[in-house]
Amino acid sequence: MTETAMALDSAPHSLPKTPSGIEGFDDITLGGLPQGRPTLVCGAAGCGKTLFAMTFLVNGAVRFDEPGVFMSFEERAEDLTANVASLGVDVPALVAARKLAIDHVRVERSEIEENGEYDLEGLFVRLGYAIKSVGAKRVVLDTVEALFSGFTDTGILRAELRRLFGWLKDQGVTAVITGERGEGQLTRQGLEEYVSDCVILLDNRVEEQITTRRLRIVKYRGSSHGTNEYPFLIDEQGISVVPITSAGLAHKTSDEPVSSGVPGLDAMLGAGGFYRGSSVLVTGGSGTGKTIFGAQFASATCRRGERCLLFTFEESPSQLIRNVRSVGLDLRPHLDAGLLRIESARPSLFGFEMHLARMVRDVRRFRPTAVVIDPISAFHGPSSEIQAALLRLIDILKEDGITALFTGLTASGPMTDADHMVSSLMDAWISLRCIEETGERNRGLYVLKARGMGHSNQIREYRLTGQGVVLIEPYLGSGGVMTGSARLAEEARERAETMRRQRATEQRRRDFERKRLSTERQVAELRAALDAEAAELERLDEQATSWEQSLEQDRDAMAVIRGAAE
Amino acid sequence: MTDGPGYDHTAPRYTLRLYVTGSTPRSTRAIENMRRICATHLDGRYDLEVIDIYQNPVAAVDQQIIAAPTLVKLLPLPLRRVVGDLSDTEKVLAGLEIQPHPLPPSA
Repeated sequence: MTETAMALDSAPHSLPKTPSGIEGFDDITLGGLPQGRPTLVCGAAGCGKTLFAMTFLVNGAVRFDEPGVFMSFEERAEDLTANVASLGVDVPALVAARKLAIDHVRVERSEIEENGEYDLEGLFVRLGYAIKSVGAKRVVLDTVEALFSGFTDTGILRAELRRLFGWLKDQGVTAVITGERGEGQLTRQGLEEYVSDCVILLDNRVEEQITTRRLRIVKYRGSSHGTNEYPFLIDEQGISVVPITSAGLAHKTSDEPVSSGVPGLDAMLGAGGFYRGSSVLVTGGSGTGKTIFGAQFASATCRRGERCLLFTFEESPSQLIRNVRSVGLDLRPHLDAGLLRIESARPSLFGFEMHLARMVRDVRRFRPTAVVIDPISAFHGPSSEIQAALLRLIDILKEDGITALFTGLTASGPMTDADHMVSSLMDAWISLRCIEETGERNRGLYVLKARGMGHSNQIREYRLTGQGVVLIEPYLGSGGVMTGSARLAEEARERAETMRRQRATEQRRRDFERKRLSTERQVAELRAALDAEAAELERLDEQATSWEQSLEQDRDAMAVIRGAAE
Repeated sequence: MTDGPGYDHTAPRYTLRLYVTGSTPRSTRAIENMRRICATHLDGRYDLEVIDIYQNPVAAVDQQIIAAPTLVKLLPLPLRRVVGDLSDTEKVLAGLEIQPHPLPPSA
């Protein structure tokens, strides 16, 4: 997200916000941390509190022109510098440019003796001095609870901390205060009582020897925020959070088809391809060519001049390139043109959610129009979790209008529950099958579903040739689809049968024609006889009429005669 | 602001700094208490510097001052800090490892 976009985003909210610049975090908080207020970031040791805080400061200094002060109660300035240097942050340069000030507050219990009344004004003076020296807008206190190990009078400490947080608000600085996770409460000393505007919990859980970092916004006064646990990632590129899209199913849909990269397959889909922004699942057993379908789809995307991101979890990029070259698919030019990027990682490297976080970050940075994930079945774990994570990934991709092709290995036999769950998330599903018959192993595919479009119901044989995936004209025998030489034999038999049928039909047609002609002849004869009879009848009719007329005349004549006689 | 005339060859010389915050009652009390303790128990074997961290915040950073008032004993080693208004003389003496004067005037 760009700076301007963020400013626009936070504009409609009543609460002004300060963007952290941490990928994904500003999305789930609808803009960042509460501006001019302290935020508590708590979590157990090693969960990334210090890094979160440092990233907040460095982003402020580098991207938002907001200098910052880092007051460290634990690590020395040199250690802090070394820790973030691995993320490519040059702290000494920022300090030299007066964009960052670091003050290490050393709390040494053995040196301190308490005698009479005191306050923590020394801390206030140092902080005030540091803020003034760089014109700081952001402040980090990491980890302020270390004070409790140096001073015994917790009454004074608590009162002074309360005063400190109030004072920070008066200074108008946006502060991040880190706290170590305590038992039964968020922080050891219950800091959440004092810092009540925004509380963020970081967590680092190990399940089945795989670590997943999660972030949760416990509280955000005066602002809506995502309430879920969000996985987040710390690696050589810093910290990033995977947001679950708040809108859910509000993404725009497109009617535009994008090619699957396999011409015959496009023809099987009513729209002439997959809809742009849809999620497609390609499943099949071992050796059905799932990866090749993925690579062909990627290649077709790049040929249109669009960017494609290919995640592979079973092969290294070079291995993938070599393997698909065997079917005449050369991905090198696309890589060189910067249109294709291949990211590979072992599935066991970290948990699925962490993979997800990494994928989302890579997607956000590379901004592809299509993504291939090969394969999703590489991930193991509770299917509900994987489904939830996949759903999140699909939502994120859909929101950006990115067409996604997932491949999945299916065991032969009935579908498992996990298959059903994953498939319900997908808009289209292409099933690849191995058909073993008459001593051959052939490959067939069919469109299992394609939401929002008519599609072929055929099972089509396909071959992996030197020109990629080629679909063969379908042959449907009486026993179902036939493939390979069985198909060829069946086709020959069928042709002979057709010819025989054609001949028989012609014979019947000739017979019929003859019959028709003779019938018509008989009809004509009968009609002629009928006409003759009708003419005879008419003649008789005329005779009768003339006879009556003459009778009438005779009667008149007789009357005249009789009248004359009277 | 350096106090302490006179010199004793037998006992160690104390270098003390008192960090205060302006002229708050607590600061004033701490300064008074410290001057009294020095005069009574150190008999000229001390250099006491009073530093106002409001005027000199860098000094607070340099000497890792957190609380105020803070008394820092730089010499003799080891370094010691006493925070508070120094109202308990015996604790101050113990904390700074100063042998109390055998006949304090208040006794």
